[in-house]
Amino acid sequence: MADTWKLGARTFTSRLLVGTGKYPDFPTMQRALAASGAEVVTVAVRRLDLSKTGEASLLEWIPKGMTLLPNTAACFSADEAVRTARLGRELGMGDLVKLEVIGDRRTLFPDVEGLVQAAKVLVKEGFVVMPYSNDDPVTARKLEEAGCAAVMPLGAPIGSGLGLRNPYNLRILMESVKVPVLVDAGVGTASDAAVAMELGAVAVLMNTAIAEAKDPVLMAEAMRAGVEAGRKAFLAGRIPMRLHAAASSPLTGLIGS
Amino acid sequence: MQVRLNGELRELPDGLTVTALLAHLGVKAQRVAVELNDAVVTKDRYEAQKIGPGDSIEIVAFVGGG
Repeated sequence: MADTWKLGARTFTSRLLVGTGKYPDFPTMQRALAASGAEVVTVAVRRLDLSKTGEASLLEWIPKGMTLLPNTAACFSADEAVRTARLGRELGMGDLVKLEVIGDRRTLFPDVEGLVQAAKVLVKEGFVVMPYSNDDPVTARKLEEAGCAAVMPLGAPIGSGLGLRNPYNLRILMESVKVPVLVDAGVGTASDAAVAMELGAVAVLMNTAIAEAKDPVLMAEAMRAGVEAGRKAFLAGRIPMRLHAAASSPLTGLIGS
Repeated sequence: MQVRLNGELRELPDGLTVTALLAHLGVKAQRVAVELNDAVVTKDRYEAQKIGPGDSIEIVAFVGGG
């Protein structure tokens, strides 16, 4: 049986979700998106620059068949996030939203109170809500109770590349909810993505680690492999950690004994 | 008439519909979403929706983001 995961009514095979920001140019982004094997791609909603209405649109560079996940990035209140989500739905003709309500400019940490509030409104309006959250299991449970389709705790601050700062919290969080848990933000390199999957994340969402790598296309391949390796290791079941050695070769039948 | 368009005060011909506004600005309707006084205007209402003096309009599109 294929190893798939579900989000609302959709079924996905790839467990890597990728962003579209910060790429040096659209052609590089397009090749990186293809190399990542991702099926879901995040996009932001912003005012159209009315002085440049003839410019190439981002959408023309996103490979056909990818599912768009509009975000509410840089929204600092529940109201702003709700308005942005509605505009994103009107733009994308889809009901998915990566819900962000930010509480602090320096860390971009979520405002969990605003997040839960906005989630309730959007769930009522029929959105499939995927909230970007901190790694607090209690908040995750509140988001699940609010009707969110998934919970997306951060591994570390957005764009920081610090890796998973609190794998123990992430593990507890994954035990605390039944909805899919995606690790969103903080991944710096392929081993971070693998660790997230080994912990039991359903998927990993990243942008900067690929877009700002020296070679974004090669890094997209690396992330794809990292996610796949981590997922397989999780399914395979790792050995317990031991303090002392456990010999791999027989300790009997040695010559001269 | 004066309106607030993407945060800036702007002079527009009187009695524009959303369809006419987008044409006036040279914007392709299928690439954008429009908000009038904080509420989304769905595409099926572009033709009928009139814009009045003092209205606040937001025209948005998808850009790269994570």
